[in-house]
Order: sequence, then structure tokens, then C-alpha cells
Amino acid sequence: MTVTTAPDAPLLQVGTLTKTFGGFTALDNISVDIRKGERFGLIGPNGSGKTTLINCISGALRPQTGSVVFCGEDITQLPPHLRARRGIARSFQIPRPFKSMTVLENLMVGLDFATVGSSLPEEDVAMSILTRMGLAAKAGAPTDTLSQVELRKMELARAMAVRPKLLISDEAMAGLSSSEVDEVLDLLISLGEEDITIIMIEHIMQAVMRFSERVMCLDAGKIIAIGAPAEVMANKRVQEAYLGT
Amino acid sequence: MTKHRNSIAFWAGVAIFLVAVLSMTQIVRNEYPFFAGYVILQFIALAVAWSILGGYAGYVNFGTNAFFGVGVYTAVALFKATGAPLVVQIAAAAAVGMTLGFGVGLLTLRMRGIFFSIATIALAIIIETFVMNWRFVGGAAGIQLQRPPVMAPFDSYVKMLFFVQAVLVVIAVGIARYIQNSRIGRGLQALRDDELAAECTGVPTLKLKLVACMISGALMSAVGAPAAMYLQYADPSSAFNLTYSVSALAMSLIGGTAHWIGPVLGAILLGSTQQFLAVTISSEINVLVLGIMLVLFVVAAPKGIIGLLRPRYRLRAGGKP
Amino acid sequence: MFSMDLLLGAVVLGVLLGCFYAAVSVGLSVSFGLLDVPHVAHPAFLVLASYGVYQLNESYDIDPLVAGLAITPLFFLFGLLAYRVYYETFEKRGSDAGVRGIAFFFGIAFIIEVLIILQFGVDQRSVSATYIGKSWRFGEFRIPIRQLVAFAVALGLTVLLAVYLSKTFMGRAIRAVAQDEEALRLMGANPVRIKQFAFGIATAVLGIAGALLIIVAPIEPTLDRAYIGRTFCVVVMAGLGSISGTLIAAIILGVAETIVLTMFGASWAPAISFAMLLAVLAVRPQGLLGR
Repeated sequence: MTVTTAPDAPLLQVGTLTKTFGGFTALDNISVDIRKGERFGLIGPNGSGKTTLINCISGALRPQTGSVVFCGEDITQLPPHLRARRGIARSFQIPRPFKSMTVLENLMVGLDFATVGSSLPEEDVAMSILTRMGLAAKAGAPTDTLSQVELRKMELARAMAVRPKLLISDEAMAGLSSSEVDEVLDLLISLGEEDITIIMIEHIMQAVMRFSERVMCLDAGKIIAIGAPAEVMANKRVQEAYLGT
Repeated sequence: MTKHRNSIAFWAGVAIFLVAVLSMTQIVRNEYPFFAGYVILQFIALAVAWSILGGYAGYVNFGTNAFFGVGVYTAVALFKATGAPLVVQIAAAAAVGMTLGFGVGLLTLRMRGIFFSIATIALAIIIETFVMNWRFVGGAAGIQLQRPPVMAPFDSYVKMLFFVQAVLVVIAVGIARYIQNSRIGRGLQALRDDELAAECTGVPTLKLKLVACMISGALMSAVGAPAAMYLQYADPSSAFNLTYSVSALAMSLIGGTAHWIGPVLGAILLGSTQQFLAVTISSEINVLVLGIMLVLFVVAAPKGIIGLLRPRYRLRAGGKP
Repeated sequence: MFSMDLLLGAVVLGVLLGCFYAAVSVGLSVSFGLLDVPHVAHPAFLVLASYGVYQLNESYDIDPLVAGLAITPLFFLFGLLAYRVYYETFEKRGSDAGVRGIAFFFGIAFIIEVLIILQFGVDQRSVSATYIGKSWRFGEFRIPIRQLVAFAVALGLTVLLAVYLSKTFMGRAIRAVAQDEEALRLMGANPVRIKQFAFGIATAVLGIAGALLIIVAPIEPTLDRAYIGRTFCVVVMAGLGSISGTLIAAIILGVAETIVLTMFGASWAPAISFAMLLAVLAVRPQGLLGR
């Protein structure tokens, strides 16, 4: 476990992960390494296991077999909040804001519990993240007054309040207009430039192509292709999976 | 700045309240106001204690009567065995209540809310059954208690109990206010809104729920401890009466749980109405009013009285007095 | 002294009692188990039905089972209404529904209890019928005929509901809505309508179950408290929503209660179901027999 300091050591190592629900195999022997600072796209048809995989990484689910190693530490058995403290943050496919709080307070939760020792007052840190995300004007707004795109941004901002090393974005662009998609995409790319590793689950292919350095495609719980975006898109099995033939 | 000023205002208010209560016991001759006032204070403390888990964390405890009854019988058993003074009885009750809260919490707080609620009812019935079969404290028939001589500066035991209960109210409110303004409060609020999202944002949800359950349980049992001396009598079916559960829950939700003042308001309003109705009409009508008010409020005014007073009421970072 | 004969007697009585517990729990198995409604007022509805049966029996001398059947349509409508209110105020709005939904049913249960006290007083009430008061003798022990009647009707009712849920179109729709609401919506069905109907059925069943409750033993207004433990114990132990599981779990509870009653005496009986409930929640919250 001393390899953590090596510059090219993977940030996240998923090893032979299997997750079943009753008789249904959602993830079948998945192994993948994600490099530090990588922008990683995760695609696949509905029900292919994408969300199950990130649930296993973020700790919402425990796999039957296999391991999740983060920064050289085996975190397979850790509860989600301890993973958040180690630097894994996520957004949800269907936004799950803390409804009784304002936007700023949503971020304060992460700052209160996941981040340790900052010299700046928490509220200033939260405001700077919101400014970054273009949500500063909404800091005092209750979350039920936000538009869809603002909710998506709020979820990413709340994830950023955890000060993540790894940010997992679960279909943060679903249901947005094309200009809004670009807006969120630009945000994600700019976050990637500050040394945050990002896993992006997405159905919008242009977004995946523009964002990802590497793409992995899942189908029925198995990896059917992994590599450069253009390569994966050209893969026959990927096309079949998507066209449903 | 404002936070600091609020704290000064709060503790000044507490000091004035306690001085007022103490001088009342010295000036007023008639014992009746203290008899009635004791019950209202008891409900304020219970409602505030309930709201720590039920309001902040959103886990509905139907077992207020279990914790209350355990408090009563800890005091009874201790008094009968050793003749321990009231303060020791209360402290012991708090310790037992906290242990019980830990046990129940560990058993059920991993599950969805409704299971926790049902488990708390189960707990109350089981403990009541044990006490009914416990000869030392009188079993189902109950037990008579002889009050020890009253201590200075009080001239009657009821007045002293009134003051003691006022102190318990202050302790309960102080703790609730502290939790609300601390990060524990924010964590509880987050997990009430969305448990998974809270976990993924770094909130140790199980730990916080356990802490809330233990504190809430300790307070409820402490509030129950003086009840035996108040009535000079204890029996299982009144110590474990379900009315305590409905009252604590209803007063909390009717007052509003976003701020500690909510349960206090709810308990003062309903507690005094109850005292009035129970004396003038009947105790059945009084429970009926409680039930109807509860249903009306959860349906029509989800944020309770404080929500009606301030339409967009929100728990804020800085906290209010 | 405890003997094999006594044990055998307890088991036989326990099985009879268990089938009766299944009948009073199947409604909850649908409303809580399948529909996920935190229906803590279920036992209060049950006791209310019993008082309805009592009133009909007392005023018009109608057989309790017939009276139970007579109030069934009324309870069906009552169930439709109760679900409507619950849906409109809590489920539809989503936020914070948990706390308020539970408090709502708790409040309703309490209101029913007090209304019954105001109307009928706190004294025990019972019904009269030809099969009440007689027993069958089998050598050493006797089985009250009221127990046998309750057993037969309860078994019939539970099996009928199980068949309804698995064989009819509406029954399957109810099971489907519990599994995947979204899929049903895509197929053009209205999940809310189906759930409302299911809640109506779950409440209607209480007409007969209420009749059985007062046939088996005299009732009192606060009887619902004991049945919170029994019904939830059965439904949770069964695995939420499983009707066959409900029958088995109820028989386990019935036998356990009778054995404890025989061995330790009546004062421990009320705690049995609650203790079993706690044990199941602690060890296997998904139920002993369930999905």
C-alpha cells in the first residue's frame, strides 16, 4: 500500500466487482482502474449497471465480491460518509437536495461534516463554490424554488463542498436544454482542470465525446468496451447495445 | 456577533424564568397553581425532548411513555431500596433512559422510520409487562410512596417539584437549542430530508441518530422521575400511559419542529387547554381534542404554529435565541 | 405441571388462534406490506368494525358474521376515503411525508379510540349467537365452538384474499403497483386509482375480521393497542405483502402466545407479539418468510 505516492498510481481501483439483487446480476466481475486527474465517461443502455457501479464506489451499496481501492486504501466495507471524508463525492440521477434548507445550507452540510480544518469561515468557502458554479445569486433561496438546471448545479456544488478528489456525476444533464448541457459540461471540464478526477455517467453522446479522455461502456453488468471515446463509439458491440439489436 | 448576542438574550431569559419560578414558590400560598403548573412544565420538557429525535431527525417515537415510565420506576426502585434523594433519582433515571435510548436506537435506527415507530410501541408494552410482574415495586397494583421532608427554601413538596421540573425544562430547552445551532443539528436536518444524500455528503447518519435517541431518551426519563413523588403513588398503567406519547408527539408537531420554541409553544397551548378541559369537562374530551388538533395540524399546517406565525420559517445557520 | 397433553392442547388452540390473527392482519399486509402506507390505525379500524357488529347484534339481533358482512361495503368506502386523504395530503406532496403520515394515522387511531369510549363507554362488550358459549369436548380438553367458527371463517377469508390477489386482473394489478409503479403508469393504468382500490379492499376485509374479533372474545375500546403488536408482528414476520407468509406467521404467533399463556400465565401474554416483533426487526427486518 505504499504505492499511493507513485505519480501514475491509479486513484481508484475497482477489482472483480460483482453485485446481484436476488437472482439478477447487476454487475458481473467488473475491474477498472481510474487514473488521478482523469476525465472518465461511463455509458451504457438503461439497466446496464452504471448506477449500481457508482453506488458501489460511493458506498450506497455493498458488492457481494470484489474490492474498491481508493488512494491505495481498501474502502469496500466503509459506509458512505467515511468515503465522502476520504474524498469521494457524487451527484444523483434524480436530484436529492436537502429540501428544508437553502442552497447555501445544503453546501454547509458537506463543509461541516466532510471537510476538516479550513482557515476560512465555512460560509465564505460555500459562497466561493457557489460563485464558481454560477449560483451565488441563489445562495439564500430554498431549494424548491430552483429550476432544473440550477438543481443540477446545486448538486454538483454540494458535492464540491466535500472537497472531493473524485467526483461522480450521475446524469447531471438529463432533461436539460442543449445550451444548459453546454453550461454544465463547461463546469465539469473546468473542475477537471483543477486536479479533480471525474467519472461522468451520461446518455448525451456529444457531451460524453467532448468531455471524456476515456470511455467505458457497460451492458447487462459487463464491460463491453473501454478506451478512447472515438474507439468505443466505433465498437460494434456498443452500437448494438445502444440500437438494441 | 448576532449569535453571541442571541446567546446572552437566551440565558438572560432563562435566568429571569428561574428567578420568577423560585419567587412564585416563595410568595404564592395556594398549592393548586403548582399542581397544575407542574403538569404543564412536564409536558413542555417532554415535547422538547421528543422533538430532538422526532423533529430534528424525523424519526417518530411512539414510546415516550416507555421512557417516561422507566424514569418513574427507576426513581421508585431507587427510593424504595436506598431512600436516595430526588436529585439522585433524576440523575439515575436519565442514565437509564440514555442506555435504553442507545439500545433501542441500535436495534431499529438502521430501518425505515415506520419500523422505528412500531418498535418503540413494542418497547413500551414489553417494559410495562415487566414492571407489572415486578413485585419489588408493587407489580400491577402499584405502590404508595411517602414523601421525605421538604428541603429549604421550599415550604411544600409540590412547590419544590414545580421548581425541579422548571429546571428540567431549562435543561431540555438548553440542550435542544444547542443541538439546533450546532453541526449536529444541521446533520440531523440533512438526514431527515434525505438520508442517503446526507451519508454521501459526509454525515455519519447512524451515529447522529443514536446520539439524538440517547439524549431524547435521557431527558424523557429524567422528566418522569419526579412524577412518583408528585403523585405519591406509582402504577404501571398510569406510568406507561400512551397519553404521554400522543401528547409529546402532538405538542411537538403542533408547535412546529424547525425551532426549539415550537414544542414549547405547543406544550403551553395544549397543556393549558388540557388542564382546563380535564377539570371542566372530562379527560376523554381532552384526549379527543388532542387527537383532532394533531390530525388537523399535520394535514393543514405541516410546519406547525411557528410555520403559521412565519410562513417561510427556516432553520438558519446563525440560529435564533 | 407442564405435560405433553397440555402442550398438544396449546398447539391446537394456538393454530386456531393463529388463523384468526391472519384474518385480522391480511388487511395490513395489503395496506402496509404492499402499498407501503404506515397504517398504524389499522387495529383501530378493526376495533371500530367490531363495535359496528356489536351495535347491529345488540339492536337488531343480527348474527355477528352477517353483521360483519353488512358493514363490509361501508368499510370499503371508508378505506377509499382514508387513502384519498392520505394520498392528497402526504404521498402526493412527497416532502416530509414520513413523519406526518405516521403521526396522521396515530392521531386517527386515537380519535377512533376516544369516540368509541364516548359512545359505548369503557366496559367490555360482547355479542350473542347460537355458537357462542358452547364447546366441543375431546377427552381431556375442550375447544370452544366460537374458536372453531372464527378459525373456519378466518381461514376462508385469508385464502379468498390470497386467491383474489394472485388470480384476478385487479389483484395482479395491485401486486404490480407494489412492485413497479412506473411500469404500470407506462402501461396506461392509473397507479393511484389501483392503490386506492386496494386500500379499500384492505379496509373492507376488516368488516368480517371485526366480527371475528368480537366472536372470539369480548372487546373494549383500547383493544387496538394490543393488536398493533399482533398485526404488525404478523405482517413484518411474514415478509411485507406476502399473504401465504401472513398465514404462517400468524400461526407461529398464535402457537407462541398460547404456549406462553399456558406456561407463564396471562400477565405475560400481551408482551409476546411485541417481543417477537422486536426480535424479527432486530434479526431479519425483511421478514422470516418473505421476499
